[in-house]
Amino acid sequence: MADETKQHEKENPESSSRRKFIKNSGFVLGGLAVGGILGNLLPAKDQDSNDPPPQEENETAESFTMALMYFTPEQYKIVEAATERIFPADDNGPGAKDLGVAFFIDHQLNGSWGLNAREYMQAPFFKGENVQGYQGRLNRREIFDIGLREMQNYSMTKYNKGFVELSEEDQDTILKDFEEDNVKLTTISASGFFKLLRGSTLEGAYCDPLYSGNRNMAGWKMRKYPGSQMAYTEIIEKGFEEIPPQSLRSHLGSHS
Amino acid sequence: MAKKLPKVDVVVVGVGWAGGIIASELTKKGLNVVGLEKGKERKTEDYFMVHDELRYALRYEMMQDLSKETITFRSNEKIRALPMRQYGSFLLGEGLGGSGVHWNGQTYRFLPYDFEIRTKTIERYGKNKIPAEMTLQDWGITYEEMEPYFDKFEKMAGISGEENPLAGKRSDQYPTPPMKKSPQLNMFEEAAKKLNYHPYILPSANLSETYTNPDGISRAACQYCGFCERFGCEYGAKADPVVTVIPVAKKTGKFEIRTHSYVRRVLKSGNKATGVLYTDLTTGEEIEQPADIVVLTSYVFNNVRLLLTSQIGRPYNPQTGTGVIGKNYAYQVMKGNATGFFEKEEFNNFAGAGALGMTIDDFNGDNFDHSDLKFIHGGSISITQTGHRPIQNNKVPEGTPTWGKEFKANSVKYANRTLSVGGQGSSMPFKHHYLDLDPTYKDAFGDPLMRITFDFEEQDRQLAVFLANKCSEIVKEMGADHVDSLKELGPYEITTYQSTHNTGGVIMGGDPDTSAVNNYLQMWDFENLFVVGAVNFPHNSGYNPTGTVGALAYRAADGIISYSQKGGILA
Repeated sequence: MADETKQHEKENPESSSRRKFIKNSGFVLGGLAVGGILGNLLPAKDQDSNDPPPQEENETAESFTMALMYFTPEQYKIVEAATERIFPADDNGPGAKDLGVAFFIDHQLNGSWGLNAREYMQAPFFKGENVQGYQGRLNRREIFDIGLREMQNYSMTKYNKGFVELSEEDQDTILKDFEEDNVKLTTISASGFFKLLRGSTLEGAYCDPLYSGNRNMAGWKMRKYPGSQMAYTEIIEKGFEEIPPQSLRSHLGSHS
Repeated sequence: MAKKLPKVDVVVVGVGWAGGIIASELTKKGLNVVGLEKGKERKTEDYFMVHDELRYALRYEMMQDLSKETITFRSNEKIRALPMRQYGSFLLGEGLGGSGVHWNGQTYRFLPYDFEIRTKTIERYGKNKIPAEMTLQDWGITYEEMEPYFDKFEKMAGISGEENPLAGKRSDQYPTPPMKKSPQLNMFEEAAKKLNYHPYILPSANLSETYTNPDGISRAACQYCGFCERFGCEYGAKADPVVTVIPVAKKTGKFEIRTHSYVRRVLKSGNKATGVLYTDLTTGEEIEQPADIVVLTSYVFNNVRLLLTSQIGRPYNPQTGTGVIGKNYAYQVMKGNATGFFEKEEFNNFAGAGALGMTIDDFNGDNFDHSDLKFIHGGSISITQTGHRPIQNNKVPEGTPTWGKEFKANSVKYANRTLSVGGQGSSMPFKHHYLDLDPTYKDAFGDPLMRITFDFEEQDRQLAVFLANKCSEIVKEMGADHVDSLKELGPYEITTYQSTHNTGGVIMGGDPDTSAVNNYLQMWDFENLFVVGAVNFPHNSGYNPTGTVGALAYRAADGIISYSQKGGILA
């Protein structure tokens, strides 16, 4: 970890990348700065001592955000195990579990997304055609509550064990049965729940680490995605280049 | 009882591209304009933390709050329309600048063929080429008449581009040179040339260099950061109303913008509009704003809905084909694509700009022979490099499972090893594709939602596969090791994002019987009411619509100025 932090400092010294960007961007027209929020991006003084500390990469074990806002510990464990099957650790890098996906989903459910707050939830509710999209009356919190309970029930019925205790193969079987609607549920669609779970797994793997997923930007590193960079003018005409990723936190420096 | 404000010269409903352009042109001529915008104020400083895929692309930060207002949809009249409860097929903008803030900046001019589509189709192929149910119409204006307005829009926005050999004649060059060419654009260009097509660099509203427009507005060059569509531009490099026309209007001292102002009705007396009634969303107060001239410049759905709830104009009747308000709703055929997978090469897919791309028009409009084809028109074919953000871009070869070990391995492997070429297929109008008021579902004020009745037709199914095959041919020529492409279009569904290029409903034309507005976008039967936007398109072309919307807005501004002086129906 310590080595990684050092390397990060070396590869990604913010002040120099900003200066380089400003130099390259042609933002200043005969002394007149035009448009943009460039003024805000300039450090107050051009001194390295004023720069924010580099992003800490060793906040895995003790991060204060690794706590639950919505799930019960049991729900959390099921989500952790299920998302790891959807996006497993492999030679490329960490899976959902080590990327913090279950924390990401937990935190998202405790907000507007979990409550479908910005979606049309007015009655009357009718079962629609597939082409008409989601027509249920339940919000995502309720869907997760029911979906996770049903996964657990199905697991007990089929294997006489809770989902978390199952072998990876058996966990896959359960997920597949949900995906293909082989599980008959009355209140929610099994495949709809699986789709929600899969979608939020990818979100948690690749979102800005600000949201408690994509821990240490490891999701981005795995696919050589540079995160939030100010500019690609230098490389846009060139062949592939691997750039160490940067998160949104690096943009707050000069404002703090 | 609504509070009544003093009368103004012009009230503009919705301050996006059309509203902003009209406000800037009118205030320059000395008219007093009030702009009512239901969303919030916007400024470039808002985008300090804009490189956030989850917040902007997945949680729709800049889009209309659907809990307050949405649309309903059904494939045909036999089934019950149900609300679009979550976003999918298209994204409705909200706030100052409207959808003009979160667009990609791909700025085309519709083809000369588009404006006279019915006449030109019959001329070349005969009357029988047009299916009985296809309500194809000329626009009541020609490309030549539109040209000065295209030119004006492009100079205001600073469009970067190069001559398109298959497009209409230009009076002048693009105001700024084309965008930089990435390796994948070069590959597309080379492959297209080998196939005897005519590639050109995509006309872009993401500035290729610093630019000062005729209004004296200076903007910086695009940084290719890869966050355009669904995002605002933190540099002001992407032309949007907030960094171009709105400040020009404000500077005159004659433009007052009222945000959080939700217009509920157009008020009328006889055959004239007298103003609008709106609700101040911050206080709940109902306010009447009288005006000499009313201009509707919201998105397609709200323009149509306001006319219908205000009982203005003749509602379209799909049984008889009479009436005009709600007629000729069209969309686009966006699924005719091909994706190439490359084993050796990697590309900077993460970098890009909303309008960084190369295009061919060899299969757009009537640039090719349709004699033996079961469709008319066509679509542009482009490679675009808009920034492959990781949550939304996980292409894997067909046959790969959608989750688990193999999915992960392939999605990671191909993250920077895929290139897609896509067709943007046109959409023809049909008698049974239309907009009307939903009988069941309401908005937050209890007003009926707009109802869409629409599905893909045989024309669209043929076109989609035709374009997909052409795309596939190009991707193969580019050297892909494996190519996947669309095999069958399927029905229109509202869950997958396709394009926010909804059109029609208050269409323009030369005949008051079959069109709602004349070619100044003035309502035939309400002379002091103008309705402006993609809502005026009698059909949708194989291009992004904004260039044509911008040109129509400049045209309307000319008309409104002339009407304010002389009155009467403009000819």
